[in-house]
Amino acid sequence: MAVDAPITPGASSLDRELAGLGALWPKLAAIGVGLLVWQIVVWSQWRPDYVLPGPVPVFKELGNQLEQASFWHAIGITLQRAAIGYALAVLIGSLLGAAVARVRPLRRAIGSLITGLQTMPSIVWFPLAILLFKLGEGAILFVVVLGAAPSVANGLISGIDHIPPLMLRSGRVLGARGLGLFRFVILPAALPAFVGGLKQGWAFAWRSLMAGELLVIVANRPSIGARLEFARQFSQAEALLALMIVVLVIGILADSVFSAADRSIRRRWGLIEPTS
Amino acid sequence: MTAIARQLVTGVAGAEPAVVAEAPPAVSLHEVSRAFGEGTGAVLALDRVSLDVRPGEFVCLVGASGCGKTTLLNLVAGLDRPSAGEVDAGTGRPALMFQDAALFPWLTVAGNVELALRLNGVPKGERRTRTAELLETVHLGGMERRRPHELSGGMRQRVALARALAQDARVLLMDEPFGAVDAITRDLLHDEVEHIWQARDVTVLFVTHNVREAARLGDRIVLLTSRPGRVAATFDVAIPRPRRIESPEVSELAGRVTARLREEVGRHGR
Repeated sequence: MAVDAPITPGASSLDRELAGLGALWPKLAAIGVGLLVWQIVVWSQWRPDYVLPGPVPVFKELGNQLEQASFWHAIGITLQRAAIGYALAVLIGSLLGAAVARVRPLRRAIGSLITGLQTMPSIVWFPLAILLFKLGEGAILFVVVLGAAPSVANGLISGIDHIPPLMLRSGRVLGARGLGLFRFVILPAALPAFVGGLKQGWAFAWRSLMAGELLVIVANRPSIGARLEFARQFSQAEALLALMIVVLVIGILADSVFSAADRSIRRRWGLIEPTS
Repeated sequence: MTAIARQLVTGVAGAEPAVVAEAPPAVSLHEVSRAFGEGTGAVLALDRVSLDVRPGEFVCLVGASGCGKTTLLNLVAGLDRPSAGEVDAGTGRPALMFQDAALFPWLTVAGNVELALRLNGVPKGERRTRTAELLETVHLGGMERRRPHELSGGMRQRVALARALAQDARVLLMDEPFGAVDAITRDLLHDEVEHIWQARDVTVLFVTHNVREAARLGDRIVLLTSRPGRVAATFDVAIPRPRRIESPEVSELAGRVTARLREEVGRHGR
């Protein structure tokens, strides 16, 4: 019994927070080393300052950007596109994944196609998207959905495939059939792998969106990608690098949300030690 | 059925079958066969097995591994169909407990029991109290919010038992439920299963390879042969309850069953 005794949930989450602060220093050290390497490259005069500025002017420019209303307007539009595209991808990917996992002929028909789509660089879709939707929001949305949906579907498919047979048997014995079995047993049992698929889907959605915003610049729709493209055209190296940092930080933040969800599921299932 | 009624049925069963005929068996297998695979590679798991279990009876199925015990339970549970013969487990779905507790890790202890109630059509308002009662029955009161992985193996089996009871089934099938539990815990669980069986109107079909366990628990021990599974012998257990697994009567019966089991295994050259 003593071996099984769990840490009470309230205390353990606080402990984890404190442990998280302690575990922060390797990250801070890595950032420090990265900035130092950057600065050394700049000091070496490998490229002139106006092409490759150092961290100090770039972070000054970043602070400058953060004070502009137009910057926040652009971030708002980019995040809105990301949210709509990703939500649509999750919806389509989940329905497709569930259908392929449970309907055998459908799996034979398009199972490998989904995996194939997942490996296809989403930028390859842009010429077609631009033909179909012109240089508009539709083209960006199309590519974001196509980039993310296969990963979401694959996550769900592999989650369903790896459910222990005993779990399904247990559900059937309890009287779960058809949709009930799906809702109460199959979906929750597939959740850890599904969250993995959602996380990967997000990464693809974000990449596709950035590619799309660089290629498809819609009038009166400022975005991070559009600002990045303008910064390049006007040779504003500081702004360009500052915007790249913004893209990186948004990616990291979103990823950490998925990682936290993943950890919380694994902890509840007892798949990881409560302290790790 | 009360314990007394059960004894009455048992008592007259041999002498006057006509009198007992009005109570149909809770579980009935008639000439049941089950083969897996096809052609020359086919394996006959069960060969013309016939078995009647009276309502309220506690029957233990004993046999070496590979004797088709699990196949038989699957047939009774309705998870599988026989290749030939008839299986009748009455109306309603039997509850089934496995050697592995097979609890759902995404649910709490209470959640696991509540899901069984929900799938059994118990209205939402009643589920909480019923869950508390069931967990109390298996001595897990206060464990509602725990997760399955936080429990010991014996506690997990108790939750599985509570979940099986939540189905309110008239027939409880148990597939080596205590096979992976330590001896001390197993002894306690035997007492609890016996209490629950006596307190509720439930028929138990209990599969085990542990002959002593069968002698400790069963009204009747049915010995199955291996490959193909056939009924080799039946032992009526006349030892009065409550029994102790270490008692001389249980040991003596277990000895007789084991001797017969050896004979069967020897005959098959294994």
